[in-house]
Amino acid sequence: MIEAEVIVLGGGIVGASAALMLARKGKRVVLVERDFCGSHSSGVNYGGVRRQGRPLHQLPLSQRAHQLWADLPALIGIDGEYVRSGHLKLARSQADLEALHRYADSVRGFGLGLQLLDYAELRARFAWVGDVAVGASLCPEDGHANPRLVSPAFARAAKQSGAQVFEQAEVTWIEHDGRLFQVHCANGLRLQAPWLLNCAGAWAGTVAAQFGESVPITSAHPAMLVTEPLPVVMNVSTGVEGGGIYARQVARGNCILGGGRGFALGPRQARPGQAAVLEILRNAGELYPFLKGAQAIRTWSGTEGYLPDHEPVIGPSSTTPGLLHGFGFAGAGFQLGPAVGEALAEIVCNGASRQPIEAFSICRFQA
Amino acid sequence: MKPVVIVGAGPAGIRAAQTLLHHGVIPCMVDESLRGGGQIYRRQPANFRRSARQLYGFEAHKAEAVHRTMDELAPLIDYRPETLVWNAEDGRLDMLSDGRADSLEYSKVIVATGATDRILPVPGWTLPGVYSLGAAQIALKYQGCAIGERVAFCGSGPLLYLVAYQYAKAGANVVAVLDSAPFSAQCRALPALLGQPTTLAKGVYYRAWLAAHGIPVHQGATLTQIDGEQRVSAIRWGESALECDAVAFAHALRSETQLADLLGCEFVWNALNRAWLPQRDAAGRSSIDSVYLAGDGAGIMGADAAQMAGERAALAVLEDLGIAIDQRRSVVLEQQLAGIQRFRHGLETAFPFPEQWARQAPDELILCRCEEVSVGEVRAVVDQGHWELNRVKAHCRVGMGRCQGRMCGLAAAEIVAERSGRGIENVGRLRGQAPIKPLPFGVELEP
Ligand SMILES: Cc1cc2nc3c(=O)[nH]c(=O)nc-3n(C[C@H](O)[C@H](O)[C@H](O)COP(=O)(O)OP(=O)(O)OC[C@H]3O[C@@H](n4cnc5c(N)ncnc54)[C@H](O)[C@@H]3O)c2cc1C
Ligand SMILES: Cc1cc2nc3c(=O)[nH]c(=O)nc-3n(C[C@H](O)[C@H](O)[C@H](O)COP(=O)(O)OP(=O)(O)OC[C@H]3O[C@@H](n4cnc5c(N)ncnc54)[C@H](O)[C@@H]3O)c2cc1C
Repeated sequence: MIEAEVIVLGGGIVGASAALMLARKGKRVVLVERDFCGSHSSGVNYGGVRRQGRPLHQLPLSQRAHQLWADLPALIGIDGEYVRSGHLKLARSQADLEALHRYADSVRGFGLGLQLLDYAELRARFAWVGDVAVGASLCPEDGHANPRLVSPAFARAAKQSGAQVFEQAEVTWIEHDGRLFQVHCANGLRLQAPWLLNCAGAWAGTVAAQFGESVPITSAHPAMLVTEPLPVVMNVSTGVEGGGIYARQVARGNCILGGGRGFALGPRQARPGQAAVLEILRNAGELYPFLKGAQAIRTWSGTEGYLPDHEPVIGPSSTTPGLLHGFGFAGAGFQLGPAVGEALAEIVCNGASRQPIEAFSICRFQA
Repeated sequence: MKPVVIVGAGPAGIRAAQTLLHHGVIPCMVDESLRGGGQIYRRQPANFRRSARQLYGFEAHKAEAVHRTMDELAPLIDYRPETLVWNAEDGRLDMLSDGRADSLEYSKVIVATGATDRILPVPGWTLPGVYSLGAAQIALKYQGCAIGERVAFCGSGPLLYLVAYQYAKAGANVVAVLDSAPFSAQCRALPALLGQPTTLAKGVYYRAWLAAHGIPVHQGATLTQIDGEQRVSAIRWGESALECDAVAFAHALRSETQLADLLGCEFVWNALNRAWLPQRDAAGRSSIDSVYLAGDGAGIMGADAAQMAGERAALAVLEDLGIAIDQRRSVVLEQQLAGIQRFRHGLETAFPFPEQWARQAPDELILCRCEEVSVGEVRAVVDQGHWELNRVKAHCRVGMGRCQGRMCGLAAAEIVAERSGRGIENVGRLRGQAPIKPLPFGVELEP
């Protein structure tokens, strides 16, 4: 039996950040992960580190995350291929361009520094963009990073800061006696602490339900693919207003594209599915004409948790003192992760998070 | 009705098609290559006119028989050459042919996807002039050209002597054969090998022929370095060196298992093949109801066994479709396959896997040529505490390039196992994902 002050359940970027922040504040913290830290959503996502396009009430957290990403090497010991390349959101119609204008107006107070580009300006600055784009919105300080490297590095940094990290340890049962949590793992490991952080990603609903607060969480599986290395032409990460194919290019030259949804192969594994893959291969050309003749060498997907309003659950349990939730990021939690981990750590240490998180309370699902 | 589909037109696939047709079931046969025949009986382009004897030596009559069967079958079945199966999902195979994507529903599918060379890299292996044994053989069989003027053959396995012999016979200058297996191993294997006297006789014949023609055969000789600036100039082993301008090397074969993986088949560790293989019963039934496995794609047993396994799997398909078959034939096939399996054990004793390779590989050696990942980089990731192959890949890109680990995956597993002190069967296996081979942007959909 291992006794600690805080047990963090789930070694994705959210749980690992929380463990890191807590360990840095001197807390005795244990991180338990069923598989390998950062091997699910956090390690297989597209790698977009973007604020642009987020709903307003996510922006304080997102801005805080932006500050944390700024000094990634100091936080996790590697640069994680993080670059502030800019994020370019493309509009395929005048109506979409107007939507981008409206968004830019609404977030003016947050300091994203959005630049709206009309057809001619877009061509002048990003000549490689396909002709279907009639304009765009650029967030110059957004960017992208390598999730395969970044997310496991958060767990490694937590360990180096004093957290105990257990991988291949699936939590199967949790008891609470009103004061302490007893956590049982499939491999026989047993943990005890007054705080429990539920950072179990798409699987967090099971944990919440054990404490009498079921949430309508579902899983979905964004489809991704990567090309062989190509000459470097893309100098920003891109997305499309209204949804569609998003793309970025890494320093080695491979382009990473996402769009559409795949399917679950089992509870922990997903595939992108031939329909989404063919859709990307057939339609990417109109936005990214330089991909003509290129070849996709691999496809993949992941398992991500979605709540009906596409907002995460962050903050204290409504039933159980000492239980905190941080899950359900609806395909956009990679950028937020470090700030969410910090907010959870602040609740443990100071009783409240510095960033406003009320909008994400689990209470919103209690009729 | 949904068709029975066979993937792969090698000896296994062809025999399976023939068996199905014989029982009144018209299969669909999908094959990536231009003309059926598979690896061993790979056919030359239609306008080439070399005799079967020149191309296939001892195997000429077998090759001719397989080709004749293929030519007779082609108009009678739904034969789709030059068609890649790139994915399997939901009871359908997703295919690519001439830039067009199509999908095919199946009632049953026989996976007969064959094998490629198993490569254990050595310093210099990425120089122009270095080929796998299989590629060297393809150059000869298919294009009718040798890979160089002075060719060295290295590695191990029965293909080593065979390809060297074929080159010498075709008039190429074979400067040496380096077999990493010691002669003593081959003596030890003799009892098991005697079970298949003709195959043994062929092996002995090739070696004797090479020796009689003054070609130096070095046993227990492990290639340690390929020298060259722009191109191969020499090979080295032990204290020795030898000039040459081309090298063909490999250590036996590895099964092409991605399709079985995408189809959802259960995999089990197979010590004889030193690989994860899709599980199958003696008849070729996989762990998935509608999926059957035959030939080298499910474990290396050679061309004769591939034919038997193709027939046996087809009989299992027929049986499961409720069509009457000759049970005695099934029993005979299973007995013959079991006999060949014993012989395979003998071969593994005769040409043992070079266990010391992973320990001896220098840090600077490029392991993954697509992504230019060195042995040292892989070891560094293992030293950080990682031991699972997909995790190691995530951290250093080994196996992440164009070939998706088909070339380097097994060697990477050996390095990870050796460095982490785990058994080779305890480091996991690379997860398969579509596409099985690269897919182009701009693909069109069959309406
Ligand atoms: C394909 C894809 C593309 C995406 N693209 C982007 C993007 O570009 N930008 C962006 O910001 N976001 C993106 N996202 C979303 C982002 O990846 C996720 O929101 C984020 O990683 C969530 O982190 P997490 O820590 O909550 O979840 P996860 O990374 O899923 O971690 C949860 C962990 O909990 C563990 N766990 C679960 N149950 C148990 C148990 N019982 N016991 C022990 N451990 C358990 C799991 O094994 C898992 O490792 C994408 C997601 C996917 C799938
Ligand atoms: C290069 C090479 C040379 C060899 N030479 C000899 C030799 O001289 N003597 C000997 O005894 N043995 C030799 N072998 C071993 C021999 O090839 C096999 O024992 C025998 O060919 C196995 O037959 P098979 O039907 O299982 O597979 P194969 O003959 O390999 O046929 C498999 C077929 O499946 C097709 N295929 C695979 N994947 C897909 C896909 N996803 N979509 C569509 N089609 C697909 C391939 O294109 C191929 O045509 C050689 C092996 C190799 C790799």
